[in-house]
Amino acid sequence: MKKYTDTGKKDTRSGFGAGLLKAARADERVVALTADLKGSLKMDAFAGEFPDRFIQCGIGEANMVGVAAGMSLSGKIPFCGSFAEFISGRVYDQVRQEIGYGHANVKLASSHAGITLGEDGATHQTMEDIALMRAIPGMCVICPCDYNQTMNATIAAARYEGPVYLRFGRPSRPNFTPQDEPFEIGKAYVLNEGSDVTVFATGHLVWEALLSAEKLEEEGISVEIINVATIKPLDEKAVVASALKTGAVVVAEEHNCAGGLGELIAGVLATKAPTPVEFINGGDRWGQSGTPSELLKAYGMDEADITAAVHRVISRRK
Amino acid sequence: MRTVEQFSAISAQVRRDIIRMVTMAGSGHPGGSMGCADIMTALFFGVMNHDPGMWSRTGKGQDAFILSAGHMAPVYYSVLARAGYFPPSELGTLRKFGSRLQGHPSVSKSLPGVFQPSGSLGQGLSAAAGIALAKKMDGTDEKVYVLCGDGESEEGQIWEAGMFCAHHRLSNLIAMTDWNGQQIDGPTAEVAGIGDLEAKWKSFGWNVITVADGNDFEQILDAFGKAEAAVGGDRPTMILFRTEMGHGVDFMAGTHKWHGKAPSEEQCAAALEQIPETLGDF
Repeated sequence: MKKYTDTGKKDTRSGFGAGLLKAARADERVVALTADLKGSLKMDAFAGEFPDRFIQCGIGEANMVGVAAGMSLSGKIPFCGSFAEFISGRVYDQVRQEIGYGHANVKLASSHAGITLGEDGATHQTMEDIALMRAIPGMCVICPCDYNQTMNATIAAARYEGPVYLRFGRPSRPNFTPQDEPFEIGKAYVLNEGSDVTVFATGHLVWEALLSAEKLEEEGISVEIINVATIKPLDEKAVVASALKTGAVVVAEEHNCAGGLGELIAGVLATKAPTPVEFINGGDRWGQSGTPSELLKAYGMDEADITAAVHRVISRRK
Repeated sequence: MRTVEQFSAISAQVRRDIIRMVTMAGSGHPGGSMGCADIMTALFFGVMNHDPGMWSRTGKGQDAFILSAGHMAPVYYSVLARAGYFPPSELGTLRKFGSRLQGHPSVSKSLPGVFQPSGSLGQGLSAAAGIALAKKMDGTDEKVYVLCGDGESEEGQIWEAGMFCAHHRLSNLIAMTDWNGQQIDGPTAEVAGIGDLEAKWKSFGWNVITVADGNDFEQILDAFGKAEAAVGGDRPTMILFRTEMGHGVDFMAGTHKWHGKAPSEEQCAAALEQIPETLGDF
């Protein structure tokens, strides 16, 4: 199995902050807006270097989304940042009308997504946002797996013409993708080629999938690991090709069971390559306070759960 | 500058357009559109610096207008067509399948003159603020106009935007409220009690101009003159226009009952008898 090394734990939101700064240096049209979360979104460096391009909106996310849409019309490239809940569910109608239906070139920077937000509890642990954003026609949904990939995805989002929902998180997690690998929107990244089963993972759970695959390899199970960093548009070709190759699929995401990557991939496979699928997600439940590791374990989304799902799906394969 | 008589002739045709469009569509919102016909006529035919032939959604090189209360699409489409953004003959397609004149303003079919979709209320002031902020950053002296409703001002986002615009000193933003005192379920005072809008906007740090009769061109033009004089200052401007919903047709005026109802053929004919055809019906 291909070996991946954690080069040091880092939070993906800091990857966003680093990417934003690079994107801003490369293109003067890049502006950033936040709703009183400059520090949490790691926009400090940007705001320090480009104070005239940083717009503090105060605690008014609905207005911020509209302002960003308006700014985009004249050619600005607004990155509009807040916690995942406050930039998706709270402002769904604004995102839908002003950015989605309005075809506005706005990048929604969604931090602290998923249950690994941790101690703040269920009010802030957003597990529905992928479903919400996927349902908006024309919305690109990106969920990178580590610091480096979040940085590179942010740069790619700035260059992409159209609305983007960029999902990342709060905790420090292993950083293992190449620092200088340009992010390709719409590409599913094959991290390890395998023959017995495919694990499609996104976000923080990609690392869990890698840990699981190492254990499974010792059992003689060859796992193909695909990092679905762009959820929409989905790399259907890669999904179908791998499912046809292995004949057994596990989908892992830090999200509610409804409307996420799992249902998306199952839908594609149902029509193009019927394959047994097992799902790793948070179920249809509210989160609670705890450490990221405690919560991933308690809600069935860690390495051991992926390993168990692989055994289940292989046993189901005829 | 046109005379009051000339403005009145245009707004009469706009009112005929509204009645005929909504009747042909069989649904829509004539009341607010009729009440705002004079404001919108003054804006597009005397106040705004705009060139329909050079218009693009980037808003570069001219003033911009956003209709926040998107259900007033009929008056919006009529003034756009009469000002030359698209042929008036297209007005008859309102709400029809395949039309660029969607039930509420849309950018999906690239209707000239429309910057942003609207319909879900309370959002246009924020979009206008974004356009105004970008124009300010780009160092232009172009202005942004936005029309909101008084009922719409029950939406919290209006007040988020109110704080934002004042904080960022967007003096190139001229907002307007159609203060007709009516909304779908009845008079605003009975439905939600929006209270003293003048005091509210002043307390939010805005330059506030109240117009006692928003269906009187002299008062409308005077207010726009004062608003333009405040551009370059340290605060955004809100013009509160006291208008009459359904203004111009006696059986439609002053009631919420024509907020979202299309006239019958007979009612349409009766209404048109009260409004002179000045520029030729579409």
